[in-house]
Amino acid sequence: MVAKGIQLIEAENMRAEGLPSLAIGDAVKVHQKIKEGDKERIQVFSGSVIAMNSGGARESFTVRRVSHGVGVEKVFPLHSPHIARVEVERSSHVRRAKLYYLRELVGKKARLKEKAREPRSKKKA
Amino acid sequence: MRGLIGRKLGMTQVYDQDGVRIPVTVIEAGACVVVQRKTRERDGYDAIQLGFEDCRERSLTKPAAGRFRKTGASFKRRLREFRLEDGDENLKPGDAATVEIFQGVSHVDVIGMTKGRGFAGLIKRHNMGGGFMTHGGHSKRRVGSIGQCSFPARVIKGQRMPGRMGNVRRTQQNLKLVGLRPENNLLLVQGAVPGPQGGIVLVRKACKKKDKVS
Repeated sequence: MVAKGIQLIEAENMRAEGLPSLAIGDAVKVHQKIKEGDKERIQVFSGSVIAMNSGGARESFTVRRVSHGVGVEKVFPLHSPHIARVEVERSSHVRRAKLYYLRELVGKKARLKEKAREPRSKKKA
Repeated sequence: MRGLIGRKLGMTQVYDQDGVRIPVTVIEAGACVVVQRKTRERDGYDAIQLGFEDCRERSLTKPAAGRFRKTGASFKRRLREFRLEDGDENLKPGDAATVEIFQGVSHVDVIGMTKGRGFAGLIKRHNMGGGFMTHGGHSKRRVGSIGQCSFPARVIKGQRMPGRMGNVRRTQQNLKLVGLRPENNLLLVQGAVPGPQGGIVLVRKACKKKDKVS
């Protein structure tokens, strides 16, 4: 059980809005604010969400992409003020909560099947 | 007032103004109440005794309950003394002590009982390496040699061996005070503090970082 006092502190540190509704297997573009001296710029990291870790304000998600033949994974804290925006480009049909098996696969095998879009009305019911 | 009695609620993370994550321990400190004011004339030293956490009268012994009765204060489960600080001279029983006393304080010390590990072996208790796990190792986690032979013909004092570990009073000094929430009696302290979640801790203004104000 999480103590009330902790829930309170975590609520303060959670972002109220601008949070994307992510799902495992989503192809995303994460816009990350990066500070260099006084200047701030935005860096985009695109890849697929292979894991999500819940836990109040400590919630995080892992994005994997293959860059120049090398697998790169980044773990983003969901509520971090450094995350400007997360775009969801595609959703995939996946059967696991953690897609760590993608690490072993290369090329065509490492693809995820795109999810057939559900009708809006059905989703709500 | 130098410090307060509190309860460790657990750890979480907060973001500072630069968006950097800081690991913090949340401590519910107070609200405490002054139970007794010890004076040099009567007790030989100056101190205030604080009480924390209400309890029923029948969970106290009669002499203990009588102390609260005398001042008309509510019954408290935990009592701790703190030496007097400048400005404390006029405190009297019944006065409240809240986290407001840490207003403007940059660092604190946190005292608590560490988690008990029971009878622990060398590897856990003294960070020793242990023996080989493979190649027929027969002293995998066991005590190895504890000394030489005919000289000195005894075991040197202080030789580290298995035994009871934890459940001792420890002080973590100079922890940065990240935040205060007076409305909920909460303190946010950077880093870990001794003891389990829900354990009783003492929080006091840092002894060794008095002059620095954040």
